[in-house]
Amino acid sequence: MDKKLIEQKIAVFLLGACIAITFFLLIAVIGHILQKGLGQISVEFLLEEPRDMGREGGIFPTIVGTIYLVVISLIISVPIGVLSAIYLTEYTRKGPILKAIRFATESLAGIPSIIFGLFGFTFFVIFLKLGWSVLSGSLTLAFMMLPTIVRASEEAIKSVPDAYRLGSFALGATKWQTIRKVVLPTALPGIITGIILGIGRAVGETAPVILTMGSALRIPWTIMQPARTMSVHLYILASEGISMEKAYGTATVLIIVVIFINFLANFVMRKMISV
Amino acid sequence: MKVKLLENDEVKKRVLQLQKNVKIKTKDLNAYYGELHALKDVNLQIKKHKITALIGPSGCGKSTFLRTLNRLNDFIEGAKVTGDVYIDGVNIYKDKVNVVALRKKVGMVFQKPNPFPMSIYDNIAYGPRIHGIKDEKKLDEIVERSLKGAALWEEVKDRLGDSALGLSGGQQQRLCIARVLAVEPEIVLMDEPCSALDPVSTMRIEELIEQLRQNYTIVIVTHNMQQAGRISDYTAFFLNGEVIEFGETDEMFYNPRDKRTEDYITGRFG
Repeated sequence: MDKKLIEQKIAVFLLGACIAITFFLLIAVIGHILQKGLGQISVEFLLEEPRDMGREGGIFPTIVGTIYLVVISLIISVPIGVLSAIYLTEYTRKGPILKAIRFATESLAGIPSIIFGLFGFTFFVIFLKLGWSVLSGSLTLAFMMLPTIVRASEEAIKSVPDAYRLGSFALGATKWQTIRKVVLPTALPGIITGIILGIGRAVGETAPVILTMGSALRIPWTIMQPARTMSVHLYILASEGISMEKAYGTATVLIIVVIFINFLANFVMRKMISV
Repeated sequence: MKVKLLENDEVKKRVLQLQKNVKIKTKDLNAYYGELHALKDVNLQIKKHKITALIGPSGCGKSTFLRTLNRLNDFIEGAKVTGDVYIDGVNIYKDKVNVVALRKKVGMVFQKPNPFPMSIYDNIAYGPRIHGIKDEKKLDEIVERSLKGAALWEEVKDRLGDSALGLSGGQQQRLCIARVLAVEPEIVLMDEPCSALDPVSTMRIEELIEQLRQNYTIVIVTHNMQQAGRISDYTAFFLNGEVIEFGETDEMFYNPRDKRTEDYITGRFG
């Protein structure tokens, strides 16, 4: 057989094999969690408060804590992140300042989360006297998500063809109308991807959350109260050997909640931008 | 060259004739992109309700000239324009001109069809909406009238909610024309509107352009000599940023005054 054709066959095989591995790992991880955790889920598990440090009862306060934390940090980080990205792409000229800002956001995205946690602890919890609270945790996570959201939004906005902008300008639209009605809706899928990545980061964090939001097992009624997220609960249940069954149950709910929040973020952004 | 043209009595007469019904007039218009001198002392008078074709080889300044007429060059980094452009006697560069109102009056169709990634209806309604029309009934009327004006209504009336990106290239370009008509311009600038289209679509757009002449002043850039000959009333020949020759299309095509025009029209270069 022709050498080129053999190469082609090998390449196709390798590509297929890689997809198979990825798919298998994903199914294995999720399958494992669901297999061990689904049995734990019941109405009581979802809606009751934990008893005996989580050995008994449910995880309701941690579900509330997680959603609370994610929603508030998104409320802080999404507008700032998306508007920054608009400014960086549409209103600045290429030059050293833009390069510096871009380098800074890229570096920020790579900083380990515990460093944000330490900053949040000393700045929000102690210096601003916000204490261990949903607000301190949300601010810290918002800072952490910001670079991810800015970068993803920037890429998405940059990939909107200039032909759309010129077409809009030529109809007499102002720059802001063009951005709001043509550029942002077109860039939306990319922006949402960035937000979902940010959510993933926020939901999964443990150490910075413990440092800034505490690990109280009560339902947080206001943003000034401490709370525990599902990830933190899971971490404590497993690392302190409290209950592996409950840990798997929590993990299962966590996966479902993440998927739900992703759908919600998608829906809300669409509603907000395409009016 | 310019001086020579003005000395010619024949041309003087023609210029006087033209002035009676002038829609756009440029005076010593120059444009620069950084170091590049893209337009050199362009003096043109474009007549109301006529089709004026701009011809010339690539990079000769036709598109640049077109973009000076709706100030779309404002958005290009490093672009600079000097001289004057008068539309209905108003200097669009010097007087306190509202650029938004200018672009509403001077619509533009681009080389590559550029419908927005939204429904057919929203594409047409986009212009009226940004200019403040909210009434649904009125928008419906505008959409229907504009699509009819662009000879697209019959093809899309049953699927106005579908994405405009699902239309064929020719349909997309007619949609873009309809989108321009929706803001009720007086002048329509067209930058090689058929260059990305097949011959059948090109023919339909040409028919459309001829119909539009009744209500609009049209300036069209084209690389296609036959097209310029078929549809335009006046033609300007650009070369290296200068207008070499300008006059009635028939006259210029059958009897070019400048050797370079003749060479270009007969296909000896460009």
